[in-house]
Amino acid sequence: MSGTTFYEDRVIRQFAVMTVVWGIVGMVVGVLIAAQLYWPALNFDVEWLSYGRLRPLHTNAVIFAFGGCGIFATSYYIVQRTCHAPLFAPKLAAFTFWGWQAVIVLAAITLPLGMTQGKEYAELEWPIDLLITLVWVAYGVVYFGTIVKRRVRHIYVANWFFAAFIITIAILHVFNSLAIPASPWKSYSVYPGAVDAMVQWWYGHNAVGFFLTAAFLGMMYYFIPKQAERPVYSYRLSVVHFWALISIYMWAGPHHLQYTALPDWAQSLGMVFSLILLAPSWGGMINGIMTLSGAWHKLRTDPVIKFMIVSLSFYGMSTFEGPMMSIKTVNSLSHYTDWTIGHVHSGALGWVAMITVGCIYSLLPRLLALPGMYSNRLIEQHFWVHTIGVVLYIASMWIAGLTQGLMWRATNPDGTLTYTFVESLNATYPYYLGRLVGGVLVVVGMLIMAWNVWKTFQMARDARPIPVAAPAHA
Amino acid sequence: MTLGWTLFITIFTVANILACFWLLWWTRKRRGEPVSQTETTGHVWDGDLTEYNKPLPKWWLNLFYITIVFSLAYLVLYPGLGGFAGTLGWSSSAQHDEDARIAEARLEPLFARFRPMDLVELARDPEALRIGANVFAANCTTCHGSDGRGARGFPNLMDDSWQWGGDPDAVLTTILEGRTAAMPGWGQLLGEQGVTEVTVYVQRLSGQQVDPALAAAGRARFEAVCIACHGIDGKGNPALGAPDLTDGVWLHGGDFASISNAVRNGLNGHMPAHGPILGKDRSRLVAAWVLSHHPGILAEASRPADEAAPDGPGLSEPPTSRPAP
Repeated sequence: MSGTTFYEDRVIRQFAVMTVVWGIVGMVVGVLIAAQLYWPALNFDVEWLSYGRLRPLHTNAVIFAFGGCGIFATSYYIVQRTCHAPLFAPKLAAFTFWGWQAVIVLAAITLPLGMTQGKEYAELEWPIDLLITLVWVAYGVVYFGTIVKRRVRHIYVANWFFAAFIITIAILHVFNSLAIPASPWKSYSVYPGAVDAMVQWWYGHNAVGFFLTAAFLGMMYYFIPKQAERPVYSYRLSVVHFWALISIYMWAGPHHLQYTALPDWAQSLGMVFSLILLAPSWGGMINGIMTLSGAWHKLRTDPVIKFMIVSLSFYGMSTFEGPMMSIKTVNSLSHYTDWTIGHVHSGALGWVAMITVGCIYSLLPRLLALPGMYSNRLIEQHFWVHTIGVVLYIASMWIAGLTQGLMWRATNPDGTLTYTFVESLNATYPYYLGRLVGGVLVVVGMLIMAWNVWKTFQMARDARPIPVAAPAHA
Repeated sequence: MTLGWTLFITIFTVANILACFWLLWWTRKRRGEPVSQTETTGHVWDGDLTEYNKPLPKWWLNLFYITIVFSLAYLVLYPGLGGFAGTLGWSSSAQHDEDARIAEARLEPLFARFRPMDLVELARDPEALRIGANVFAANCTTCHGSDGRGARGFPNLMDDSWQWGGDPDAVLTTILEGRTAAMPGWGQLLGEQGVTEVTVYVQRLSGQQVDPALAAAGRARFEAVCIACHGIDGKGNPALGAPDLTDGVWLHGGDFASISNAVRNGLNGHMPAHGPILGKDRSRLVAAWVLSHHPGILAEASRPADEAAPDGPGLSEPPTSRPAP
């Protein structure tokens, strides 16, 4: 009866390719600004190339362009396969692709020109914010429409995470971006002072919690069992850690504002909920890693599974580190230092990038009806180059951050500071080179991936539409 | 905070934490028929996706319980539940005040020794200079540079040019109270030709080679407009922070473009008051450190009163009051 319906895979191929393209662009910008911190002359006295303008471009490109395209590609794939139904409103899905690419291109133009709302990870000005809102609503319609059309009763766990992510990001984006336009390219936040800071970090931390965590857990819950050919470890663990994760994450934002003008009670709640967040976060890691038990031998032969397992290890590490850093006493040492940069990149390069890369390597052959990627050896090489790069990056930033934190708080017996700011800069200078080398390795890995993806597409010139699979107990 | 808000925050906070606890309690054990360790839940997606339903790992459950217990205890002891201050009465501002009080008490004997000494004596005391140098390094170098030689728009403290006076009291006043210099822009009044002529005259005042005819025309305009602050001879007035235009020291650049920009659009200089930041004791030590680089000033200031030089412009009269608008 359904033999004539096919999965809507075109939009997935488009998003998958752009994941690799924007990954390279975003990480190259990251390498450039890391180089500027080591050789400041590399801004060439051109305002559009200055660190302050390119840094938000880097963060937006890797989070929303690289990460975002990866989420669109995998969520459209997963929702169709686990609902046994083609995408709802495929034209709207095509709009989400072109709309999202337009947002990214507008970001790449306006941020170097200095047009910004000045809110971290929410810099884009109000006209682009409106476009994001449109695209996001269309994404929600396509996604939930497909869930409604599903031909199996139970909704697969990956879809819970994508659903929570889509709803929450819509709320966060709309409320944090509320602003009064002063001109087409300038607006002012509607929130005053400390309230603005609180709303910003409620947004900012949940951008981490939902965009960079929940969505990628959704990816993990489909592609790890698929790739390992094993059942998910524990359904009840999925239930517990899902509900605990999404309810607790909402509160953790104030830990970005410890020892600031934010009232003490809000700072305490930020810290307390960050600590409770440790177990729910680890729930996802346990469920992913234990899914592999019984299939450990595949780690030797399948480099895609290596990407996935190491990404979960980084996920576990950074979700341990995060709660520790939210404790006021630790935060007073770590805040404003490069330790934070190290923490962010152990999450972004270790968890987000590795799970995305692994899932794209797992997705493409299935999408193109091929037995595998063009070269498993290239995936293996990518894995090692990337892993070494990430370890070099975060180790450099940990050392630099601890050095800064300890030097800034050191005092002489006469009550004066032991070190000037410039001395702490001098002490951390060598580690900025270590970070740069780590970043270059990560980009090299992405270039290896681009070549592998290019050759894989060449192998699939005559790929045909894939018919929708019948449900097992239909 | 009103009781309503406190209840709102408390109810949502405690409800969320207890909901987590209930979720754990509810799922920690199997209910009804035992589920086999190797059987899946029976759901199948996409051909081969299935799920076990293994029990929650014990160590993980205990970790979860520990964080919940810790958090509830923390919210009893410390502020968190809205307006409830916590049983320990802790606050971040009280912690800061207490830390500051302890530090000040510890340092009191150190500073007490310096208080009877005047700035000239302090500038010759090695310990005072060591502390003063540290205070300078941590607070002043951002603008005045690690070597105190300043940058464009930020005065060089090591030369003999003092915009607001260089005697010890004037230097200390600058640090304690800050300085605000405001030169209005004269472009509207003078017109472009007038701006050019005045600029050329100002260049000649500092000994630069210029067109004599333009300078002569500029002189008449200078004497009509500029002398109120910079004086008839262009030597400035430290009481107003009006710089000496003849000494060849240029805070904002001495080329034609820079000077004409200043004449046309005016300039604003601002040093923030550091008394509220550093306190008087540390301000005196950093003033002493700056003065220690100026043996001439120290010698002048330590000469007995009857030997003092007759009043030069501004030097013996510390400009403690703000310039009239």
